[in-house]
Amino acid sequence: MYDPNTIPKKHLLSLQLDLKKFEPATEEEKRQTDQMRESTTFFRDGMRKLVKNPLAMASIVVLVLIIVTIFVAPLIVPYGYQDMITVDGKRDKTATNLAPFTYSELEQKAIESGESIFPHIFGTDELGRDYFIRTIYGTRVSLAVGLFASIIVLIIGLLYGSISGYTGGKTDIIMMRIVDIIYSLPDMLMVILLSVVLDAVLKNALTGTALAKIGTNMISLFIVFGLLYWVGMARLVRGQILTIKNNEYILAAKAIGAKPGRIIRKHVLPNCMSVIIISTALQIPSAIFTESFLSFVGLGVQAPMPSLGSLANAARGGLGSYPYKMIFPALMICLIVLAFNLLGDGLRDAFDPRLRR
Amino acid sequence: MGELLLQVKNLHTSFFTDAGEVRAVNGISFNLERGKVLGIVGESGSGKSVTAYSVLRILSEPGEITDGQILFKGEDIVKLGSKQMRTVRGGKISIIFQDPMTSLNPTFTIGNQLEEAIRLHTNRTKKEARDRAVEMLTLVGVNEPEKRIAQYPHELSGGMRQRVMIAMALACEPDILIADEPTTALDVTIQAQILELMQDLQKKLGMAIILITHDLGVIAGMCDEIIVMYAGSVCERGTADEIFYNPCHEYTKGLIRSIPSVVGKKDRLVPIAGSPIDLLNLPKGCAFASRCDKAMKICLDEKPEEIWINSLHIASCWMNVKEVYDEAAKEGGPKDE
Amino acid sequence: MSRPIIEVSHLKQYFPVKAGLFRTIPLKAVDDVSFSIEPGETLGLVGESGCGKTTVGRSLLQLYKPTGGDVYYEGVRIDAKNIRTYRKNMQIVFQDPYSSLNPRMTVSDIIGEPLDVHGLCATKKDRRDRILELMELVGLNSEHANRYAHEFSGGQRQRIGIARALAVDPRFIVCDEPVSALDVSIQAQIINTFEDLQQKLGIAYLFIAHDLLVVRHMSNRIAVMYLGRIVETAPADEICDHPLHPYTVSLMSAVPVPDPNTERTRHRIVLKGDVPSPLHMPSGCAFRTRCRFATDKCAAECPQLTDRGEGHQVACWNT
Repeated sequence: MYDPNTIPKKHLLSLQLDLKKFEPATEEEKRQTDQMRESTTFFRDGMRKLVKNPLAMASIVVLVLIIVTIFVAPLIVPYGYQDMITVDGKRDKTATNLAPFTYSELEQKAIESGESIFPHIFGTDELGRDYFIRTIYGTRVSLAVGLFASIIVLIIGLLYGSISGYTGGKTDIIMMRIVDIIYSLPDMLMVILLSVVLDAVLKNALTGTALAKIGTNMISLFIVFGLLYWVGMARLVRGQILTIKNNEYILAAKAIGAKPGRIIRKHVLPNCMSVIIISTALQIPSAIFTESFLSFVGLGVQAPMPSLGSLANAARGGLGSYPYKMIFPALMICLIVLAFNLLGDGLRDAFDPRLRR
Repeated sequence: MGELLLQVKNLHTSFFTDAGEVRAVNGISFNLERGKVLGIVGESGSGKSVTAYSVLRILSEPGEITDGQILFKGEDIVKLGSKQMRTVRGGKISIIFQDPMTSLNPTFTIGNQLEEAIRLHTNRTKKEARDRAVEMLTLVGVNEPEKRIAQYPHELSGGMRQRVMIAMALACEPDILIADEPTTALDVTIQAQILELMQDLQKKLGMAIILITHDLGVIAGMCDEIIVMYAGSVCERGTADEIFYNPCHEYTKGLIRSIPSVVGKKDRLVPIAGSPIDLLNLPKGCAFASRCDKAMKICLDEKPEEIWINSLHIASCWMNVKEVYDEAAKEGGPKDE
Repeated sequence: MSRPIIEVSHLKQYFPVKAGLFRTIPLKAVDDVSFSIEPGETLGLVGESGCGKTTVGRSLLQLYKPTGGDVYYEGVRIDAKNIRTYRKNMQIVFQDPYSSLNPRMTVSDIIGEPLDVHGLCATKKDRRDRILELMELVGLNSEHANRYAHEFSGGQRQRIGIARALAVDPRFIVCDEPVSALDVSIQAQIINTFEDLQQKLGIAYLFIAHDLLVVRHMSNRIAVMYLGRIVETAPADEICDHPLHPYTVSLMSAVPVPDPNTERTRHRIVLKGDVPSPLHMPSGCAFRTRCRFATDKCAAECPQLTDRGEGHQVACWNT
């Protein structure tokens, strides 16, 4: 079969091997070669991958900066979002539509006479309000809307989807048909209709309360989100639960005698959490965008409270002469939406168990 | 001695993953002659499938052949360009996989897939290819081949599908058939059918077979020559009789001892201690040392040399070297004569 | 005479399968299966894929609601109402060590869950001690109690599954192909673990597997299933050395043996054809379509298990 003339047995004897090495190895020595890899949880593993993703990390940095700015800026910048510029206590009519970092004539005179006036970083708008602070407040509103709307979507969608997915059978079929119906409604049309209706209904109910400041449009926006936008999340959660239900460890939990509540809490939900979080992260920019759109068409927050969309809307008129008024809010929207989208993508790459290699 | 079809020399294959270099194959060498059945046996992670994929150069993404030669009829196919390699694949060396469910395309009929294989490697017209397909199906024992040609994979049973796979692999009369765990997913009675079929076909068509499996029973029944692999290295190779009746590597001995006996004695099994090792952290000595109850200090430090037990058997285990030394010491003094 | 710990009587498990817009036909996964298991003994259940052996194990434990028949634990009839209490006595170990453990739970959580569900440990210390005790019992290093399941190898995970089943101190465990997904060298370790536990704790097993060599080694008695019915039952050695039912005969002859001489000289009985679909079972004896000895009687009437002496039962008209 083989040619035995290549390595005769004799050769081995002249290998000059240390005979002491032929003693049996101890358990200690053997175990050193057999170490378990260091313990990582799913979370730590995912974080490691996320940190290696430059776009995701950049997005986190950008978002953190934005959040810090919106809290810090109002403390530094001495203007309110609805304050029209005043010089020496008098309203400065010339301080309208100032370009970034310029001063009105009255302000310049005041500077020459020794007063220090905080620069208008983004200029001013047509009513003489500092545009920078308005943009900051607009960002606040947009982010708040994005966050709260996503939380509403998350809670409703999670509850609905998990009940539907876990119960199965006829309940599941009926619940999903309801979802299908809601899904097929044209959402923009519904939003506008509901906004108009709720606006009329809530106007009276809310005068005088804290919520009036936000405006009925905002409230109706939240209600609309609560009524319409949870369906995507519900479908996603249900799909996840259906997949997880088929895993043997669910059957094992049943075999131990665990009740359905415990199974959902301890076995099903923790395993779909990562997908849900990713989906929520991607839901936020969508909500912000919707709000911006609504504000752009005039259905968003009430004046004088700014939102990025309403600022952009107001800037439409003077686009030719004062382009910066459109650029700043639009840029801000883009930045936030892009950052959340990249972060969501990064989270998905890092945490989605379906994509594991 | 038949014609020497395949010579693998010191093959090394690694996967370069995020977590590091996974050294799947670490220096395997073997020869394959026409008409012979070579069995590669090992557990998961032993590198047996990776060896087959390396020969055909169908390794998936982060895998690469890092060293060694694969000589097919004298020509080193590691160095071949992709166009030439494609003529080798399917035409000269073909492969059947473990799971016939996923190896056949569910959206094409059996006939379609067979004809595709045939027309890729031979110059037949559509009609000729169809006739050849029917011929192959008859050869592999598929009943009503005319009817089956028009069926889809999901309409056939597991055993049938594996027969179709074999028909596809043999349609172009390759010199070598590689069978990667061909019967692992099949029931035992179907497995018997398929193995019998493979033996018949080999007698009829005269090709060489490389049979890869973890089932020692299948290996014993089918193979002329056997290679035992562990963690990417060859533990020993030799004829079937040599490996089963005169195992020289502690891993092989352990494997044979851990299979429940057929002979009806209910002796307690003697398992191999420990768990399969991590291919990311291969030790510098013998890969099996940490689980071997005869391990010596030298086993932990140095990789064992390949030594000839006899003209039909090679093993890589320091115990065999120790025996040589012990023998020499008994005869009064080592060193050469 | 001790009473059997488990008695299964005419168990049926049918699954409705869609066959057209409004019709469903029953898939008879288990069709009239009866057997009993004595305390501390192992009954092996073998058969090929689709024979219903896994379904038997799960229906027995009420993980699927049986379509018909009864299951008795120590003489008490088990149903959906009392099963929860009896989960402390009857447990299961699954085949796939990868999907039967929750990847988000630590070893300690997994093994501790049965203790929590049934309130078996009064204090936290008791719970911790019991978990460590169970880990030692199955051969796991107790230092690893806070590691996650995915950090362990297949064999170790299977041990975790076994420890989980043992947590409630059961008298009976269904072993559903517990070693099929493991490497050969690890299989032997787990088989030994099962045997040691049986010796120490006196647990009875229903050992379901398709590997005949393993089943023979583990079992006192073996039952062979084909298409939802038991075709032969006998003590392990008897059924392997002297099988009577034609299916069992071909099954035994098809098993590859790791011995070249035996393989070269043996005469295989290779069955023709494939297993019929359980949706369209042949009338009478389900095996007749592949049987060399089939007669008209086999098509007309389904044979029942009859006693051939010394605990050997066969369901066949021709032997």
